[in-house]
Amino acid sequence: MGAKRKLLKGYRGGLLGSPLKWLIANIIAWTIGVLWILPFIGIFMTSIRPFSEVVSGWWSVSPFTPTLKNYVDALFNPMFSLLRGFMNSFIIAVPSTIIPVMLAALAAYAFARFSFPIKNYLFVTMLFLMAAPQQMTIIPIFFMLNNMRLLNTYLGLILIHSSWGIPWITFFLRNYFSMLPKELEEIARVDGATNRQIFFKIVLPISLPGIISASVLQFAWVWNDFFFALMLIFDPNKMVITQMLPRLKGQYQIDWGLLSSGSVLAMIVPLIVYIIFNKYYMGGFRGWAMKK
Amino acid sequence: MKARGSILSKFSFLIPSFILIIIFVIYPIVATIILSFNINPVPGIDITKGKPIGAENYYEVLSSFKFINRHGLETLSFPMGAIIHNIIWIALHLPLTIILGLLLATLFQHVKGGSIIRSFIFLGMVIPMIVGGLLIQFSFDKDLGVVNLFLKITGLEWAARSWTIYPNTALFSLILGSVWLWTGFTVTIYSAGLASIPKETIEAAIVDGADFKTILFKIIVPQLKPVTITVIAMTILWDLKIFDIVYASTLGGPGGASMVLALLMYDYFARVQNYPMAATVATILTIVILPVVVIWVRMITRGK
Repeated sequence: MGAKRKLLKGYRGGLLGSPLKWLIANIIAWTIGVLWILPFIGIFMTSIRPFSEVVSGWWSVSPFTPTLKNYVDALFNPMFSLLRGFMNSFIIAVPSTIIPVMLAALAAYAFARFSFPIKNYLFVTMLFLMAAPQQMTIIPIFFMLNNMRLLNTYLGLILIHSSWGIPWITFFLRNYFSMLPKELEEIARVDGATNRQIFFKIVLPISLPGIISASVLQFAWVWNDFFFALMLIFDPNKMVITQMLPRLKGQYQIDWGLLSSGSVLAMIVPLIVYIIFNKYYMGGFRGWAMKK
Repeated sequence: MKARGSILSKFSFLIPSFILIIIFVIYPIVATIILSFNINPVPGIDITKGKPIGAENYYEVLSSFKFINRHGLETLSFPMGAIIHNIIWIALHLPLTIILGLLLATLFQHVKGGSIIRSFIFLGMVIPMIVGGLLIQFSFDKDLGVVNLFLKITGLEWAARSWTIYPNTALFSLILGSVWLWTGFTVTIYSAGLASIPKETIEAAIVDGADFKTILFKIIVPQLKPVTITVIAMTILWDLKIFDIVYASTLGGPGGASMVLALLMYDYFARVQNYPMAATVATILTIVILPVVVIWVRMITRGK
């Protein structure tokens, strides 16, 4: 009786009618939740064991010999060193976050607070650019960067990622700035502050949560991106980690030992960012997807 | 508030962003359209291959079996062509993720640890899509995959196989996999939508003796209409732009059975190295997504 009461403590009545229904709903929900992450558990289980142990399924746990061999093999792969890829991803993703967030914050403030001619046209243009497919830009970019001697360089990819990020960050931060109270800015204006002073001294400091949300999402987006890197980087020493992964597949036989540890390495950074900055990540995600 | 300052001081906020956007986004988009008509848009190098100016490429793409495969359509066998595959993708993926998203979001609101389960399901949105594609292939693998484990458990062992390597199941495997990845999006958005429905409305309905079904269809679904439009638009856009998942798992194969538009563009660019044709496929892709984008933009601007 005590156990049952304990189990039902969370029951708050309401939509699900009776405690029994509530209990069943809990069981269903948790079953679904566990089923959903099975592929993640599977890839992790495969990555920490010799491949011979998992050939008939990663769920068979006898024998179970944990080893880091797959990780060492992936990190120091002679052809595509994921350690190199890991560092390259950071080298690309950090500036590709800072640059567009800084530039877009300025533009977003203009859209949020100023009135000027063709404002609405420029804003709608931004919205359309947010939805454009990467494929629509890449051919001219490829040849332009080639002409500028920026093809196959970090700088070239950083420029493209920064430009590509500006529209959505502008949209996101404009919504954020629009919701801030105007009083402080008005007082500062009466005191004779310029637009620039108001933005840097007043708006930016109180907008830190929004700036962090945008940065977290942009960083994760650039880290996860595959297409731009695939098109613009060819040198194995400069490739980012997502780009190296499919190349670890092998020609005929898929080496899941190598590929599983590689997958874990490629997703660990966005996962950590998601966990540490969860509040900002989810806040940004909802703000990105839903108009305010 | 009327901001003071000259037009110039206001525009100085926009200029850095727009310089980058114009050079690296807007100009390339215009140049891609131009290139699709065999006009060279990039100074310093001719990438048109000297073909005559005109809409020839469009005719060539639209009549290509890679775009629409008549034989595949008539015999209902794969490959059916990239655009058909994209349409099938939407036809299955959109309703599945919306229904799953709505049901699961409702369910998770009322169970213990609902937010934890929600964050489990959201993981598909956090990881690189290239890893998502590998995880799909991994899970559909004959020996390693969890899908075949369930077939074995339920006594359907004869059906177990590596689903992504056969023409007739490759595309469907990827679509199901993409449901697994994208449901995190719909659940999250619907959860936010549900949270904004006033509790009193639902409590009043319960007091009046309404059952779960009535509450779901008479209160929750109508309240979520604007959210649903966003979800539909975003999901269709995602389905049409799908690339990484296919690249990582099947590369569009076997024999083009899982080829999609975005990958077809890459195929023309990297393998065939026919840049005007690649530009044409990209432009067609953009034209296809345009109506959805227009609806989405209208919804955002109308809300102001």
